[in-house]
Amino acid sequence: MTWVINGVYLVVAVLFILGLKAMSSPKTAKRGIAWAGVGMVLATVATFFIPAEDGSLLFFAPGKTINLVLCLIALAIGAGAAAYLGKVVKMTDMPQMVAIYNGMGGGAAALIAAVEFTSAEPPTGVHAVLAMMGAFIGSVAFSGSVLAWAKLQGVMKKAVRWPVQNLGNVLHTLVTLGLGIAIVIVGPHPILVIAFFLMSLILGLALTSPIGGADMPVVISLLNAFTGLAVGLEGYVLGNPALIIAGIVVGAAGTLLTQLMAKAMNRPLTNVLFAPITGEAQGG
Amino acid sequence: MIDLLYIYIFVLAAFVGYEVISRVPVILHTPLMSGSNFVHGVVLVGSMWALAHASTPFQLVLGFLAVLLGAANAAGGYVVTERMLGMFAAKSDAKPAAKEA
Repeated sequence: MTWVINGVYLVVAVLFILGLKAMSSPKTAKRGIAWAGVGMVLATVATFFIPAEDGSLLFFAPGKTINLVLCLIALAIGAGAAAYLGKVVKMTDMPQMVAIYNGMGGGAAALIAAVEFTSAEPPTGVHAVLAMMGAFIGSVAFSGSVLAWAKLQGVMKKAVRWPVQNLGNVLHTLVTLGLGIAIVIVGPHPILVIAFFLMSLILGLALTSPIGGADMPVVISLLNAFTGLAVGLEGYVLGNPALIIAGIVVGAAGTLLTQLMAKAMNRPLTNVLFAPITGEAQGG
Repeated sequence: MIDLLYIYIFVLAAFVGYEVISRVPVILHTPLMSGSNFVHGVVLVGSMWALAHASTPFQLVLGFLAVLLGAANAAGGYVVTERMLGMFAAKSDAKPAAKEA
Protein backbone atom coordinates (compact mmCIF):
# COMPACT_ATOMS: atom_id res chain seq x y z
CA MET A 1 0.00 0.00 0.00
CA THR A 2 2.85 2.37 0.85
CA TRP A 3 4.17 1.86 -2.67
CA VAL A 4 0.86 2.78 -4.25
CA ILE A 5 0.48 5.90 -2.09
CA ASN A 6 4.03 7.06 -2.84
CA GLY A 7 3.45 6.40 -6.54
CA VAL A 8 0.34 8.58 -6.45
CA TYR A 9 2.26 11.36 -4.65
CA LEU A 10 4.93 11.21 -7.38
CA VAL A 11 2.26 11.58 -10.08
CA VAL A 12 0.82 14.50 -8.08
CA ALA A 13 4.20 16.26 -7.95
CA VAL A 14 4.62 15.84 -11.72
CA LEU A 15 1.10 17.17 -12.38
CA PHE A 16 1.82 20.24 -10.23
CA ILE A 17 5.06 21.03 -12.06
CA LEU A 18 3.50 20.49 -15.51
CA GLY A 19 0.53 22.59 -14.41
CA LEU A 20 2.73 25.50 -13.31
CA LYS A 21 4.73 25.23 -16.52
CA ALA A 22 1.52 25.36 -18.57
CA MET A 23 0.24 28.31 -16.52
CA SER A 24 3.28 30.39 -17.46
CA SER A 25 2.22 30.53 -21.13
CA PRO A 26 -0.99 32.23 -22.35
CA LYS A 27 -1.95 29.42 -24.74
CA THR A 28 -1.79 26.59 -22.22
CA ALA A 29 -2.69 28.42 -19.00
CA LYS A 30 -6.22 27.02 -18.67
CA ARG A 31 -4.97 23.47 -19.17
CA GLY A 32 -2.36 24.10 -16.44
CA ILE A 33 -4.83 24.77 -13.63
CA ALA A 34 -6.88 21.72 -14.68
CA TRP A 35 -3.83 19.44 -14.41
CA ALA A 36 -2.88 20.88 -11.03
CA GLY A 37 -6.50 20.40 -9.93
CA VAL A 38 -6.42 16.70 -10.87
CA GLY A 39 -3.19 16.44 -8.86
CA MET A 40 -4.83 17.97 -5.79
CA VAL A 41 -7.81 15.57 -5.92
CA LEU A 42 -5.47 12.57 -6.30
CA ALA A 43 -3.33 13.75 -3.36
CA THR A 44 -6.34 14.25 -1.09
CA VAL A 45 -7.90 10.87 -1.92
CA ALA A 46 -4.57 9.03 -1.53
CA THR A 47 -4.07 10.56 1.92
CA PHE A 48 -7.15 8.71 3.23
CA PHE A 49 -5.32 5.45 2.52
CA ILE A 50 -2.05 6.16 4.34
CA PRO A 51 -1.08 2.96 6.14
CA ALA A 52 -0.46 3.08 9.90
CA GLU A 53 2.53 1.42 11.58
CA ASP A 54 0.60 -1.79 12.25
CA GLY A 55 -0.44 -2.18 8.61
CA SER A 56 -4.05 -1.03 8.96
CA LEU A 57 -5.19 2.20 7.34
CA LEU A 58 -4.40 5.18 9.57
CA PHE A 59 -7.78 6.88 9.24
CA PHE A 60 -9.70 3.60 9.59
CA ALA A 61 -7.78 2.13 12.52
CA PRO A 62 -9.72 1.41 15.74
CA GLY A 63 -10.26 4.54 17.84
CA LYS A 64 -9.65 6.85 14.88
CA THR A 65 -13.31 7.30 13.94
CA ILE A 66 -13.41 10.73 15.56
CA ASN A 67 -10.33 11.81 13.56
CA LEU A 68 -11.95 10.61 10.34
CA VAL A 69 -15.26 12.32 11.05
CA LEU A 70 -13.54 15.60 12.03
CA CYS A 71 -11.43 15.40 8.87
CA LEU A 72 -14.48 14.97 6.63
CA ILE A 73 -16.32 17.83 8.35
CA ALA A 74 -13.30 20.16 8.08
CA LEU A 75 -12.84 19.22 4.41
CA ALA A 76 -16.50 19.86 3.60
CA ILE A 77 -16.71 23.21 5.44
CA GLY A 78 -13.28 24.53 4.38
CA ALA A 79 -13.52 23.54 0.72
CA GLY A 80 -17.21 24.36 0.41
CA ALA A 81 -17.01 27.84 1.96
CA ALA A 82 -13.82 28.79 0.10
CA ALA A 83 -15.08 27.56 -3.27
CA TYR A 84 -18.41 29.37 -2.79
CA LEU A 85 -16.73 32.66 -1.78
CA GLY A 86 -14.26 32.33 -4.65
CA LYS A 87 -17.17 31.95 -7.10
CA VAL A 88 -19.32 34.86 -5.91
CA VAL A 89 -16.62 37.46 -5.22
CA LYS A 90 -16.31 40.38 -7.65
CA MET A 91 -13.54 40.09 -10.24
CA THR A 92 -11.91 43.27 -8.89
CA ASP A 93 -11.70 41.69 -5.42
CA MET A 94 -9.65 38.73 -6.64
CA PRO A 95 -6.21 39.85 -5.32
CA GLN A 96 -7.40 39.90 -1.70
CA MET A 97 -8.98 36.45 -2.19
CA VAL A 98 -5.55 35.15 -3.26
CA ALA A 99 -4.11 36.83 -0.15
CA ILE A 100 -6.59 35.27 2.28
CA TYR A 101 -6.34 31.77 0.78
CA ASN A 102 -2.57 32.06 0.84
CA GLY A 103 -2.73 33.04 4.49
CA MET A 104 -4.83 29.97 5.23
CA GLY A 105 -2.16 27.76 3.65
CA GLY A 106 0.48 29.40 5.85
CA GLY A 107 -1.73 28.94 8.89
CA ALA A 108 -2.22 25.26 8.05
CA ALA A 109 1.56 24.77 7.83
CA ALA A 110 2.02 26.48 11.21
CA LEU A 111 -0.74 24.31 12.76
CA ILE A 112 0.93 21.13 11.47
CA ALA A 113 4.06 22.21 13.33
CA ALA A 114 1.94 22.96 16.42
CA VAL A 115 0.55 19.39 16.32
CA GLU A 116 4.12 18.08 16.02
CA PHE A 117 5.33 20.13 19.00
CA THR A 118 2.43 19.04 21.20
CA SER A 119 2.71 15.33 20.35
CA ALA A 120 3.98 12.72 22.79
CA GLU A 121 7.21 12.42 20.79
CA PRO A 122 8.06 15.95 19.63
CA PRO A 123 10.58 16.25 16.77
CA THR A 124 14.26 16.51 17.72
CA GLY A 125 17.47 17.66 16.04
CA VAL A 126 17.20 18.64 12.37
CA HIS A 127 13.47 17.85 12.33
CA ALA A 128 12.85 20.20 15.26
CA VAL A 129 14.79 23.00 13.53
CA LEU A 130 12.84 22.56 10.28
CA ALA A 131 9.47 22.24 12.04
CA MET A 132 10.28 25.46 13.93
CA MET A 133 11.32 27.30 10.74
CA GLY A 134 8.16 26.11 8.98
CA ALA A 135 6.03 27.29 11.89
CA PHE A 136 7.80 30.68 11.90
CA ILE A 137 7.47 31.29 8.14
CA GLY A 138 3.93 29.89 8.04
CA SER A 139 2.77 32.13 10.90
CA VAL A 140 4.32 35.23 9.30
CA ALA A 141 2.63 34.32 5.98
CA PHE A 142 -0.69 33.82 7.81
CA SER A 143 -0.88 37.12 9.71
CA GLY A 144 0.81 39.06 6.88
CA SER A 145 -1.73 37.75 4.37
CA VAL A 146 -4.67 38.54 6.63
CA LEU A 147 -3.39 42.13 6.93
CA ALA A 148 -2.85 42.30 3.14
CA TRP A 149 -6.45 41.13 2.71
CA ALA A 150 -7.67 43.78 5.19
CA LYS A 151 -5.85 46.53 3.28
CA LEU A 152 -7.10 45.52 -0.16
CA GLN A 153 -10.61 44.97 1.17
CA GLY A 154 -10.53 48.49 2.59
CA VAL A 155 -10.97 47.29 6.19
CA MET A 156 -7.67 48.91 7.06
CA LYS A 157 -7.02 51.94 4.89
CA LYS A 158 -3.72 53.51 5.90
CA ALA A 159 -0.17 52.29 5.84
CA VAL A 160 1.11 52.28 9.42
CA ARG A 161 4.68 53.38 9.96
CA TRP A 162 6.59 54.13 13.10
CA PRO A 163 10.14 55.30 13.89
CA VAL A 164 13.05 52.86 13.61
CA GLN A 165 10.64 50.35 12.12
CA ASN A 166 13.21 48.35 10.17
CA LEU A 167 15.56 48.08 13.14
CA GLY A 168 12.59 47.07 15.32
CA ASN A 169 11.62 44.36 12.83
CA VAL A 170 15.16 42.99 12.76
CA LEU A 171 15.23 42.80 16.57
CA HIS A 172 11.73 41.27 16.58
CA THR A 173 12.89 38.60 14.11
CA LEU A 174 15.97 37.82 16.22
CA VAL A 175 13.93 37.46 19.44
CA THR A 176 11.39 35.21 17.69
CA LEU A 177 14.11 32.99 16.23
CA GLY A 178 15.77 32.97 19.67
CA LEU A 179 12.54 31.56 21.15
CA GLY A 180 12.48 29.01 18.31
CA ILE A 181 16.05 27.93 19.04
CA ALA A 182 15.15 27.64 22.73
CA ILE A 183 12.31 25.27 21.75
CA VAL A 184 14.73 23.17 19.71
CA ILE A 185 17.27 22.99 22.58
CA VAL A 186 15.13 22.62 25.74
CA GLY A 187 12.11 21.00 24.07
CA PRO A 188 8.61 22.35 23.35
CA HIS A 189 7.73 23.88 26.72
CA PRO A 190 4.15 25.25 26.39
CA ILE A 191 5.08 28.82 27.40
CA LEU A 192 7.95 28.91 24.90
CA VAL A 193 5.74 27.53 22.13
CA ILE A 194 2.93 30.03 22.79
CA ALA A 195 5.38 32.98 22.97
CA PHE A 196 7.07 31.78 19.77
CA PHE A 197 3.82 31.55 17.80
CA LEU A 198 2.56 34.90 19.12
CA MET A 199 5.81 36.67 18.24
CA SER A 200 5.77 35.11 14.75
CA LEU A 201 2.18 36.24 14.15
CA ILE A 202 2.92 39.78 15.32
CA LEU A 203 6.00 39.90 13.08
CA GLY A 204 3.82 39.15 10.04
CA LEU A 205 1.66 42.17 10.92
CA ALA A 206 4.67 44.41 11.58
CA LEU A 207 6.30 43.53 8.26
CA THR A 208 3.15 44.10 6.18
CA SER A 209 1.63 47.16 7.91
CA PRO A 210 3.98 49.84 6.48
CA ILE A 211 3.36 48.77 2.89
CA GLY A 212 0.84 50.71 0.81
CA GLY A 213 -2.09 49.23 -1.11
CA ALA A 214 -0.55 49.75 -4.56
CA ASP A 215 2.43 47.57 -3.64
CA MET A 216 0.27 44.82 -2.11
CA PRO A 217 0.34 42.40 -5.10
CA VAL A 218 4.13 42.19 -4.81
CA VAL A 219 3.85 41.56 -1.07
CA ILE A 220 1.16 38.90 -1.57
CA SER A 221 3.43 37.19 -4.08
CA LEU A 222 6.26 37.22 -1.53
CA LEU A 223 3.98 35.85 1.22
CA ASN A 224 2.87 33.21 -1.30
CA ALA A 225 6.51 32.15 -1.68
CA PHE A 226 6.80 32.13 2.14
CA THR A 227 3.85 29.76 2.46
CA GLY A 228 5.37 27.50 -0.20
CA LEU A 229 8.61 27.36 1.79
CA ALA A 230 6.74 26.66 5.04
CA VAL A 231 4.82 23.82 3.35
CA GLY A 232 8.07 22.38 2.00
CA LEU A 233 9.70 22.48 5.45
CA GLU A 234 6.72 20.76 7.11
CA GLY A 235 6.81 18.21 4.26
CA TYR A 236 10.37 17.41 5.29
CA VAL A 237 9.35 16.96 8.92
CA LEU A 238 6.43 14.69 7.95
CA GLY A 239 8.59 12.82 5.44
CA ASN A 240 6.20 13.53 2.57
CA PRO A 241 7.99 14.17 -0.77
CA ALA A 242 4.83 15.55 -2.43
CA LEU A 243 4.71 18.36 0.13
CA ILE A 244 8.44 19.02 -0.19
CA ILE A 245 8.33 19.21 -4.00
CA ALA A 246 5.13 21.26 -4.30
CA GLY A 247 6.13 23.58 -1.45
CA ILE A 248 9.68 24.27 -2.57
CA VAL A 249 8.73 24.60 -6.25
CA VAL A 250 6.20 27.27 -5.22
CA GLY A 251 8.75 28.83 -2.85
CA ALA A 252 11.30 29.23 -5.64
CA ALA A 253 8.79 30.14 -8.37
CA GLY A 254 7.11 32.62 -6.02
CA THR A 255 10.42 34.29 -5.18
CA LEU A 256 11.24 34.69 -8.87
CA LEU A 257 7.69 35.89 -9.61
CA THR A 258 7.99 38.48 -6.82
CA GLN A 259 11.14 39.86 -8.41
CA LEU A 260 9.53 39.91 -11.85
CA MET A 261 6.47 41.74 -10.49
CA ALA A 262 8.61 44.37 -8.74
CA LYS A 263 10.59 44.76 -11.97
CA ALA A 264 7.38 45.19 -13.99
CA MET A 265 6.48 48.06 -11.64
CA ASN A 266 9.92 49.54 -12.22
CA ARG A 267 10.75 49.36 -8.53
CA PRO A 268 13.47 47.37 -6.85
CA LEU A 269 12.02 44.83 -4.39
CA THR A 270 13.94 46.33 -1.45
CA ASN A 271 12.22 49.64 -2.17
CA VAL A 272 8.77 48.01 -1.94
CA LEU A 273 9.54 46.19 1.29
CA PHE A 274 11.76 48.63 3.15
CA ALA A 275 10.66 52.01 1.80
CA PRO A 276 10.28 53.50 5.32
CA ILE A 277 14.05 53.36 5.76
CA THR A 278 14.67 55.45 2.64
CA GLY A 279 11.68 57.66 3.36
CA GLU A 280 10.61 57.39 -0.27
CA ALA A 281 6.97 58.05 -1.04
CA GLN A 282 4.87 55.10 -2.14
CA GLY A 283 1.37 54.34 -3.26
CA GLY A 284 -1.24 53.66 -0.69
CA MET B 1 20.07 8.38 4.47
CA ILE B 2 16.41 9.21 3.89
CA ASP B 3 17.01 12.67 5.36
CA LEU B 4 19.80 13.19 2.86
CA LEU B 5 17.50 12.17 0.01
CA TYR B 6 14.96 14.75 1.21
CA ILE B 7 17.68 17.41 1.01
CA TYR B 8 18.34 16.33 -2.60
CA ILE B 9 14.62 16.69 -3.37
CA PHE B 10 14.60 20.06 -1.62
CA VAL B 11 17.46 21.50 -3.67
CA LEU B 12 16.34 20.06 -7.02
CA ALA B 13 12.75 21.26 -6.47
CA ALA B 14 14.07 24.80 -5.90
CA PHE B 15 15.78 24.71 -9.31
CA VAL B 16 12.63 23.33 -10.95
CA GLY B 17 10.54 26.13 -9.44
CA TYR B 18 12.93 28.77 -10.68
CA GLU B 19 13.19 27.24 -14.15
CA VAL B 20 9.53 26.44 -14.69
CA ILE B 21 8.26 30.03 -14.71
CA SER B 22 11.37 31.86 -15.92
CA ARG B 23 9.72 33.07 -19.15
CA VAL B 24 6.31 34.19 -17.93
CA PRO B 25 4.77 37.25 -19.66
CA VAL B 26 3.73 40.20 -17.45
CA ILE B 27 0.01 39.64 -18.14
CA LEU B 28 0.20 36.21 -16.48
CA HIS B 29 1.91 37.40 -13.29
CA THR B 30 -1.25 37.58 -11.18
CA PRO B 31 -2.89 34.35 -12.49
CA LEU B 32 0.39 32.51 -11.94
CA MET B 33 0.64 33.87 -8.41
CA SER B 34 -2.87 32.56 -7.84
CA GLY B 35 -1.97 29.23 -9.50
CA SER B 36 1.08 28.72 -7.30
CA ASN B 37 -1.08 29.70 -4.33
CA PHE B 38 -3.34 26.80 -5.31
CA VAL B 39 -0.40 24.38 -5.63
CA HIS B 40 0.81 24.97 -2.08
CA GLY B 41 -2.72 24.04 -1.03
CA VAL B 42 -1.25 20.53 -1.02
CA VAL B 43 -0.47 21.47 2.60
CA LEU B 44 -3.90 19.85 3.03
CA VAL B 45 -2.18 16.45 2.78
CA GLY B 46 0.05 17.37 5.71
CA SER B 47 -2.94 18.72 7.66
CA MET B 48 -4.84 15.46 7.16
CA TRP B 49 -1.77 13.53 8.28
CA ALA B 50 -1.53 15.68 11.42
CA LEU B 51 -5.24 15.23 12.20
CA ALA B 52 -4.99 11.48 11.66
CA HIS B 53 -2.17 11.30 14.21
CA ALA B 54 -3.85 13.61 16.74
CA SER B 55 -4.46 11.83 20.06
CA THR B 56 -5.42 14.52 22.62
CA PRO B 57 -8.51 16.78 22.35
CA PHE B 58 -6.23 19.82 21.97
CA GLN B 59 -4.41 18.13 19.09
CA LEU B 60 -7.74 17.23 17.49
CA VAL B 61 -8.68 20.93 17.57
CA LEU B 62 -5.34 21.96 16.03
CA GLY B 63 -5.62 19.25 13.38
CA PHE B 64 -9.24 20.14 12.61
CA LEU B 65 -8.27 23.81 12.08
CA ALA B 66 -5.29 22.74 9.94
CA VAL B 67 -7.53 20.66 7.63
CA LEU B 68 -10.10 23.47 7.51
CA LEU B 69 -7.48 26.04 6.45
CA GLY B 70 -5.71 23.65 4.08
CA ALA B 71 -8.96 22.70 2.34
CA ALA B 72 -9.87 26.38 1.98
CA ASN B 73 -6.44 27.13 0.50
CA ALA B 74 -6.82 24.35 -2.08
CA ALA B 75 -10.48 24.84 -3.04
CA GLY B 76 -10.42 28.65 -2.94
CA GLY B 77 -7.12 28.79 -4.81
CA TYR B 78 -8.52 26.59 -7.57
CA VAL B 79 -11.75 28.54 -8.06
CA VAL B 80 -10.01 31.93 -8.05
CA THR B 81 -7.30 30.81 -10.48
CA GLU B 82 -9.81 29.26 -12.84
CA ARG B 83 -11.89 32.43 -12.89
CA MET B 84 -8.84 34.59 -13.57
CA LEU B 85 -7.67 32.35 -16.39
CA GLY B 86 -11.20 32.15 -17.74
CA MET B 87 -11.22 35.90 -18.24
CA PHE B 88 -7.79 35.72 -19.73
CA ALA B 89 -8.69 32.94 -22.18
CA ALA B 90 -11.67 34.94 -23.44
CA LYS B 91 -9.36 37.87 -24.14
CA SER B 92 -6.57 35.87 -25.74
CA ASP B 93 -8.98 34.17 -28.16
CA ALA B 94 -9.41 37.54 -29.83
CA LYS B 95 -5.79 38.60 -29.63
CA PRO B 96 -3.99 35.90 -31.70
CA ALA B 97 -6.57 36.31 -34.44
CA ALA B 98 -5.84 40.02 -34.56
CA LYS B 99 -2.13 39.36 -34.73
CA GLU B 100 -2.43 36.91 -37.60
CA ALA B 101 -4.61 39.20 -39.64
